[in-house]
Amino acid sequence: MTTAVGTTGRTVKLEILRQDRQGESTRWEKFEVPYRPGMNVISALMVIQQNPVTADGQKTSPVTWDMNCLEEVCGACSMVINGRPRQSCSTLVDQLEQPIRLEPMKTFPVVRDLQVDRSRMFNALKKVKAWVPIDGTYDLGEGPRMPERKRQWAYELSKCMTCGVCMEACPNVSESSSFIGPAPLSQVRLFNAHPTGAMTKDERLNAIMGDGGLANCGNSQNCVAACPKGIPLTTSIAALNRATTVQMFRNFFGSDHMVD
Amino acid sequence: MSKNHEFYWRRFHSLLGIIPVGLFLLVHFSINFTATQGVEAYNNAAGMMELIPHWLLLIVEWVVIYIPLLFHGLYGVYIAFTATNNVQRFGTFRNWMFVLQRFTGIFLVVFIAWHIFQTRIQKALGAEVNFDMMAEIVANPLMLAFYIVGILAATFHLSNGIWSFLVSWGITQSPKSQKVATYVTMVFFVVFSVAFVAAILAFV
Repeated sequence: MTTAVGTTGRTVKLEILRQDRQGESTRWEKFEVPYRPGMNVISALMVIQQNPVTADGQKTSPVTWDMNCLEEVCGACSMVINGRPRQSCSTLVDQLEQPIRLEPMKTFPVVRDLQVDRSRMFNALKKVKAWVPIDGTYDLGEGPRMPERKRQWAYELSKCMTCGVCMEACPNVSESSSFIGPAPLSQVRLFNAHPTGAMTKDERLNAIMGDGGLANCGNSQNCVAACPKGIPLTTSIAALNRATTVQMFRNFFGSDHMVD
Repeated sequence: MSKNHEFYWRRFHSLLGIIPVGLFLLVHFSINFTATQGVEAYNNAAGMMELIPHWLLLIVEWVVIYIPLLFHGLYGVYIAFTATNNVQRFGTFRNWMFVLQRFTGIFLVVFIAWHIFQTRIQKALGAEVNFDMMAEIVANPLMLAFYIVGILAATFHLSNGIWSFLVSWGITQSPKSQKVATYVTMVFFVVFSVAFVAAILAFV
């Protein structure tokens, strides 16, 4: 297979937004790498890594980016490709206009080049308690059964890989705003739909009724258009809007039905 | 804003946009619409306000109009300026509505401030509110254009505001219901825009 390299005679042109350290200035660098059939953006980046020389022959530092699973389930390799946030593993060079412009998802702090720090998403998942509590001092036994049809739609919500694409697409999520964003909100709907998770649903609803929570959504609906997994994020947000409307009244007037 | 009350402020902002600000706008526009029936019809409608005792009118104005409008306007400006608009990258219909809602909102703060200065404050300073007052204002073509843009901004901001109110309070959850709400509110926008631009043109 080594003979495949360079034999096509074609090249792939890339323009990459470089940044050496967090908070430092940025610059565009142009690259040209040999084309191979079936290339994705990551394989083009790997070629640059092997020989970090710009299109006009200048030696430069290797481009940094995040990656892990290479099959669009881990969410680590998201970046802005030709203006759209998406995964660099599942984005094929053949389907892109050239030059391919790569930028980091600037809604997050940029660590270096295309690598960003998505900590705020993971902190948000902790804040909204995006898990099902099952630990006890004794065996709690089996939980209630989940209706099959509910399991099917909840499965769609569970496809979220915390990739950050919806956060990048959302006009209300930025480093200067506190909005937790679409992905963690949809996880609240997922865990509140779970029969055991629903036993603490008031805690999750109250968490998203805090500062930077659900009400900071501005309904631009970019998240649902951008999500690579087709998660119905705006339906989740609207469902939570309804649930928090009820929760708001329960909190104020009192209720014996906080968790049912 | 005190800590952890943002949710309630945002919901309050959404509610105030409909009740009372949106409702007041419809009453206000309806009175203006009488201008299409002639000078006398408008003067009669505007004169009705004079029948309300002055102290009561002031209380109603402050409680139903000025305070809610001021809160909705100022908090709205804060919301608009915390957004990072990105229609260049995401040119979807809803994202355009998002941006237009914010642009019209900012414009309306300027327009309404000017409009209140030109009418209500002049009334407080002794001017009489009647057909001639408006006719004089819109005799200036630039003012007429400013008022028409103001009316269109207001009808749009209310129509699209009703759409987002329905989502924000969890009434329209499914994509289908949200789509139907889009059609209904856009018909509302067109009908009210035509009616109230016709009303302002009656003063020309």
